[in-house]
Amino acid sequence: MWKFILRRFLVMIPQLFLLSLIVFMMAKAMPGDALSGQEINPRANPAELDRIREELGLNDPWYQQYARWATNAVQGDFGISYTHKTPVTDVIEDRLWNTVFLAFVTLIFTYMLAIPLGILSGRYNDTWIDKSVTGYSYLGFGTPIFIFALIMLFIFGFALDWFPSGGSVDSKVEEGTLAYFVSKINHVILPALSTALIATTSTIQYLRNEIIDNKIKDYVRTARSKGVPESNVYSRHILRNSFLPIAAFLGYEITGLIGGSVIIETIFSYPGLGQLFLSSVSLRDFSVVTAIVMMTGFATLLGTLLSDIILSAVDPRIRIE
Amino acid sequence: MELKVETGKNIQVQDASPSGMKIIWQEIKKDKLAMGSLIILAAILIFVYGAAFFMDAKEIAKVDFLSIYMEPSSDYWLGTDYGGRDVFGQLIVGTRNSFTISLFITLFTAIIGLSFGLLAGYFGGATDNVIMRVIDFVIALPQLMFIIVVVTIVPVFNVYVFILIMTLFLWTGKARLIRSKALSERELDYIHASQTLGTPHWKIILFQLLPNVSSLIIVNFILNLAGNIGLESSLTFLGFGLPESTPSLGTLISYARNPDVLENKWWIWVPASLMILVLMLSINFVGQALKRAADARQRRG
Repeated sequence: MWKFILRRFLVMIPQLFLLSLIVFMMAKAMPGDALSGQEINPRANPAELDRIREELGLNDPWYQQYARWATNAVQGDFGISYTHKTPVTDVIEDRLWNTVFLAFVTLIFTYMLAIPLGILSGRYNDTWIDKSVTGYSYLGFGTPIFIFALIMLFIFGFALDWFPSGGSVDSKVEEGTLAYFVSKINHVILPALSTALIATTSTIQYLRNEIIDNKIKDYVRTARSKGVPESNVYSRHILRNSFLPIAAFLGYEITGLIGGSVIIETIFSYPGLGQLFLSSVSLRDFSVVTAIVMMTGFATLLGTLLSDIILSAVDPRIRIE
Repeated sequence: MELKVETGKNIQVQDASPSGMKIIWQEIKKDKLAMGSLIILAAILIFVYGAAFFMDAKEIAKVDFLSIYMEPSSDYWLGTDYGGRDVFGQLIVGTRNSFTISLFITLFTAIIGLSFGLLAGYFGGATDNVIMRVIDFVIALPQLMFIIVVVTIVPVFNVYVFILIMTLFLWTGKARLIRSKALSERELDYIHASQTLGTPHWKIILFQLLPNVSSLIIVNFILNLAGNIGLESSLTFLGFGLPESTPSLGTLISYARNPDVLENKWWIWVPASLMILVLMLSINFVGQALKRAADARQRRG
C-alpha cells in the first residue's frame, strides 16, 4: 500500500513540472509582460523601459526566467494584476472561497440525489422505478450543462423569481450575520442544483451496475440463506461493497467541478474562480489567467491523486502492475 | 419396442451467425426510441443541409436596423436578433456548422486516438508506458481552461485552427478506451497464431486487431459526436468557440447572456437550445442502442 502511494507521488513530480512548464510557455506566448502589469510613467522613454526589463531579467534565457517564475509561484507570488493593480494572489483569494463553497454544495446535492436513485434503480432493476431513473440519467448524460443552467435560470431566476439571478451574496446584508449566511445559501442553491442534476448521471449508473453485479454474488446468497432480513442484505452487505468505488471517484468528481466552474459561474454571474478566469481572459489580464490555470491544474492533479489512492486502498488489484 | 428414427426432414439447418451490421440493424429496429431518434436526426440533417440550395447565406448575415428584435411573425418565423437578422435562417446555418465541425473533430480525434490506442495496446511494454503517461497527463488537465487559453493566444484563429485545438485535447479518452480493449485482445489466440506464423505487426494490427475493436470504435464515435456538439456550442456560448463569421448554435444561445434577451426574447435562444438538445439526445439514443447491440449480454432480442 505505502509503496503504491509513494510511487504515485513520484509520478506526480514530473507531471507537476510539465504542467508548470506548459503554463509558463503559455504565459510567454501571451501578449505583454510583467511590465504591462505595473504602473509605469507613460512618459517613460523606450530606453528606460528596456533598462527596467533588463533589470527584471526579462531578457534572460527562458530557462532562467522559468526558474525564477517557478520559485515565485511556489511561494504564492504570481505577480501583479493588470486590471486590479494588486497582487494576483489577493485578487484570487476571495473568489477561490466562493468557488470552493459552490463546489461543496454541488457535491452534497449530487450525492443526495444520486445515491438514493442509484440504490433504488439497482435494487429494483427492470421495474418502472429503474426505467424512469435510467431514463433520467440518459437525459442528464445527453444534456449540455450550459443549456440546462440557462433554462433553470430562466424558470427559477426570472419567470418564477424564486432565487436571485446572479452574484454570491446580497450587497445589503452585513458580513457575519445570519442574514448574510442565508443570503449566501440562497445565491448558491440554483447554480449548485443545476450542476448537480446533470452531474448525477455517472454516479447513478455506476452505483446501479455495482448493485446489480453484487446481487448475484455468493456472499449475498450466503447471507440470504442464513436468514438475514432483506433490508439488512442491502444495507450491511451489498451497499458496503457497492459504495467503495463511488467513494473513490470523489477526487475525479471534484476535479470535474473545478473545471466546469467556468460555464456555471458565467451563467449565474457567480463571482468565483471560473468567472474571474473568463473575465481576465477577455480583459487580457494574463498574470491572473496564468495563476488560475496553474492553480486549477495543480488542484486537478491532486484530485486525481486522491482518487487513485482511495481506489488502490479499496481495490488491491489496482496496486499490482 | 419401436425404434424411432429421426429423419433429416425435421432438422432445421442452423444459419451461420448473423453478420455484425445485421445484428446492429435488427437491434435498432427493435428499439423504438432509437428508431425514432434516427428518423428525427435524418430529417433534421436532410433539411439543414438541403436548405443550403435554397438559402442565401449573405442575406441571413445582413444587418438590418429597421427590424431589430422582432417577434416571430410570418415574415420572420422565429423573429430577429439584435442586428435584425432572421433567427430561423441563423438556426439552419448554425445547426449545419455545429454538426459539420463536431463531425470533423470527432473524426480527427478518432483517427489519432485509434492510432495511439492500437499501438499502445498491441505492443504493450515501453510503448504502452510512454503513451499512457502522456494520456494520463493530458486527461488530468483542466481542459476547458486550456482550450480557452490556447484559443486566445493563437496568432491566427479560424474554423480549422479551432478543430485542430479541440483535437489536440480530446483524443486522449478515446485512445485510453481503445488501448484497454486492444490490450485484452492481443492475448487471444488468433493474434498469437498470426504472430507465430510470422505475419508482420502492421498487418495484424490493420487486418485482425482493428476489425475486432470496430464495434467499440463505432459506438464511441457516435457518443463522442453528441458530446462534441455540446462542447463546441458551450465554447461558442462562452465566446471562445467558432469565430463570429461562422455562426453556430452556441452563437444564438450566447445572446441569452444578456439578461434582457434571456428574460424577454425567448425566440432567440430557445429554438437553438432545443435544437442542441434534440440533436444530442437523438444521437445519444442511437449510440446507446448500438452499444447494446455490440454487447451480446445486453442485447434485447
